[in-house]
Amino acid sequence: MNEIYKTDTLIAEDIDSYLETHQHKTMLRFITCGSVDDGKSTLIGRLLYDSKMIFEDQLATLESDSKRMGTQGENIDFALLVDGLAAEREQGITIDVAYRFFATEKRKFIVADTPGHEQYTRNMVTGASTADLAVILIDARKGVLTQTRRHSYLAHLIGIRHIVLAVNKMDLVGYDRAVFDRIVADYRAFADSIGIVEFTAIPISGLAGDNIATPSAAMAWHDGPTLLAHLETVELDQSADQRKPFRLPVQWVNRPNLDFRGFAGTIAAGQVHPGDEVRVLPSGKTSTVARIVTLEGDQDIAVAGQAVTLCLSDEIDCSRGQVIAAAKSPVEVADQFEATVIWMDEDEMVAGRAYWLKIGTQTVSATVAQPKYQVNVNTMEHLAAKTLDLNAIGVATITTDRDIPFAPYTESRDLGGFILIDKMTNRTVGAGLIHFALRRAQNIHWQATDISRSHHADMKNQQPMVLWMTGLSGSGKSTIANLVEKKLARMNRHTFLLDGDNVRHGLNKDLGFTDADRVENIRRVGEVAKLMTDAGLIVITAFISPFRSEREMVRGMMQPGEFIEIFIDTPLEEAEKRDVKGLYAKARAGQLKNFTGIDSPYEAPEAPQITIDTTRMNAEEAAELIVRTLLP
Amino acid sequence: MTIRTLTHLQRLEAEAIHILREVVSEAEMPVMLYSVGKDSAVMLHLAKKAFYPAPPPFPLLHVDTTWKFRDMYALRDRAARKAGMQLLVHQNPDAIRQGINPFEHGSLHTDMWKTEGLKQALDLHGFDAAFGGARRDEEKSRAKERIFSFRTTSHRWDPKAQRPELWRVYNARKARGESMRVFPLSNWTELDIWQYIHLENIEIVPLYYAAARPTVIRDGLMLMVDDDRFPLKGEEPVMRSVRFRTLGCYPLTGAVESRATTLPQIIQEMLLTTTSERQGRAIDHDQSASMEKKKQEGYF
Repeated sequence: MNEIYKTDTLIAEDIDSYLETHQHKTMLRFITCGSVDDGKSTLIGRLLYDSKMIFEDQLATLESDSKRMGTQGENIDFALLVDGLAAEREQGITIDVAYRFFATEKRKFIVADTPGHEQYTRNMVTGASTADLAVILIDARKGVLTQTRRHSYLAHLIGIRHIVLAVNKMDLVGYDRAVFDRIVADYRAFADSIGIVEFTAIPISGLAGDNIATPSAAMAWHDGPTLLAHLETVELDQSADQRKPFRLPVQWVNRPNLDFRGFAGTIAAGQVHPGDEVRVLPSGKTSTVARIVTLEGDQDIAVAGQAVTLCLSDEIDCSRGQVIAAAKSPVEVADQFEATVIWMDEDEMVAGRAYWLKIGTQTVSATVAQPKYQVNVNTMEHLAAKTLDLNAIGVATITTDRDIPFAPYTESRDLGGFILIDKMTNRTVGAGLIHFALRRAQNIHWQATDISRSHHADMKNQQPMVLWMTGLSGSGKSTIANLVEKKLARMNRHTFLLDGDNVRHGLNKDLGFTDADRVENIRRVGEVAKLMTDAGLIVITAFISPFRSEREMVRGMMQPGEFIEIFIDTPLEEAEKRDVKGLYAKARAGQLKNFTGIDSPYEAPEAPQITIDTTRMNAEEAAELIVRTLLP
Repeated sequence: MTIRTLTHLQRLEAEAIHILREVVSEAEMPVMLYSVGKDSAVMLHLAKKAFYPAPPPFPLLHVDTTWKFRDMYALRDRAARKAGMQLLVHQNPDAIRQGINPFEHGSLHTDMWKTEGLKQALDLHGFDAAFGGARRDEEKSRAKERIFSFRTTSHRWDPKAQRPELWRVYNARKARGESMRVFPLSNWTELDIWQYIHLENIEIVPLYYAAARPTVIRDGLMLMVDDDRFPLKGEEPVMRSVRFRTLGCYPLTGAVESRATTLPQIIQEMLLTTTSERQGRAIDHDQSASMEKKKQEGYF
């Protein structure tokens, strides 16, 4: 009889002492990795069943489902317990990350159930990110497969320190020790090669229940623990985290009144006590912890993993996104990093495009450079890559728009793991693991100049701005821009016209017309325009600038209100009909690749300040309209 | 250095507080859906902890069907007052006008009062993030629900368009008109909820405790006759010692016979019981994947 069932007596006879022991349970989060055929769902179903997490009504449903669509004949198909959504029940595969719960006397467990198919690296990385342990399932009949290597690599990459090699379906190989030993030896050779120092191998049968909760009589030769016993005793990451220096990413500043200012957040590492000296990063200001405030009263100590509110003894600036750290071992601050990037979106990564980067409690704007290499997750080979597409993993340089406090991912998941968010769709498009800083913040200082930008503008008696014209090739941008500049010159305004074709002859002559190069083209033009507005000029630009993200990036570089988006709206047919430079004809003939409107997209502005419909007005009228709108 | 090992309840508590604070930091107009059940009670308690000494910086919203138990209305008003929070109550005006009730209108009752009522209330106040007390262990389709669950402008949930959630880093960005449902109790089980209520001494509706109550048995459910709107079909209400494992509209919520009058006794019963929690709710019985369908339509 399973030992979990014995607790029923205690529950029935002395519920108070049962509750007392259960209030001291710890929690372990783990993931199971394996393919459809490895019996992963069966194993999880078995764990739930053996720990009595299945109720009678669920069991009744399971039994009827097993007969109707199960794969085990008249026997219970445990896999049906955990295959959730209707769509995947029909397909017979799990398609996402699902979380399951069960508990024993000693621990509560949260299992992230992740599918094993190649295309779902994204799901496995997601499930692994919160796990302390990974169970890698192997079919005893098949041994170490490509997917075993892939799962192990990903688990290791994401920082899981405890690996369990569960050699399943031992019942189908006659519980043969030689089969098990051979698989373990194969796996050890592979594990060594990717830096997995230790793992625990257990021969099991999920279907028959061997070595799951109870030691297998058929495999008396196995002298290690059962799977459940191992899960109950393995050391938790939280113990290791507490031994590290104190770090608290500030999540929310609590200011109910003038007399109270608390910094709320979840402790990422270490311990904290009242009186501890701390340093706030990136500002570098120091103070001491005055109080640890909770609803139950002030505390003497708080540890990694707890969500707390700290009061400091000095009134120093500290806001969301900053990190309060032990004064003697503060975190590093930088704005450029080498990182592993895991791409998670259908749309491939665009090198140079600005994405939101969220790390800890801070969100900043960041760009990812062209990858140094991509990793083949099956062979661990490094491949050359220009970009990363869905489920690709690569190493690249990340540049943020300001200094951020961080730690290498191998030291801290909280301070070294980040997500990338598309600025247009708001989707989570990637995840990243910081390796190290490439450029430390303390080495570069912004040169403060004595003559300010407002002085430059005042001398010219004008408000600097950027008139950003966007539209298809041949829409009339350059013509209109030229006329606008002439009109402004007549009004004694100091202007400068940046034209797409001209810039590509000089500043940007190293760039082509791929998506990544187009992004870089616009970024450089944005930077130049920004310098010119600092000098007090009215800048007029005429670039196709086909992507919304980059136009928004440039808007973000400028002072609020200085970026004026002007949409030169000419339908494709019309622009193609005019074809002043003969480019459309070439593109249609296939002689010109990546031509906007033909084989490269144009994303029209959603809310431009000014729209010029060139089918309704000529260039002169358009220029007049623009000038009158801006300088009434 | 002494290592302080956190218990599973301490870790679940910290996770929920982290989520609550994250939403308050990133959303423009958060709200907490408050259904007066035990999960809501725990969620409200966690909110008090997360923002102490400030009161939770968002209102409570009760999407009312007018058919809840009387004890629930009493606790609702008291709990909001004690927490120092504004309580918003929304009743779907169309449902009021049409006199929608659980006796005559079947699943339309849930659709109009709850599903439509919730959408109306969120749109009316412009809330862009709503905390809910749902747990992943309640039902199979919820096992894959994200903690930050993204909804389109028409409040639809698309299981294929859910964002990956890594570490404790939640993506709360959205376009205007889109919203999020956020579930701080995602990783709690029914047992965790009860243990926490016990440990933290959280006030819950008396209906969770056994008492002699007037009941009738109809369609396999033991229903409590909570007020005189209950149309008796020749049945004679019988006083039975019963309690409720889950609370909703009284004509739709099945009671269980019980003598458990203390929290430990409730937990004891729960641990020794052999049927799952949601079995007492009529809503799930329609079909195997009914909850998933309801979710896609915007039911919480």
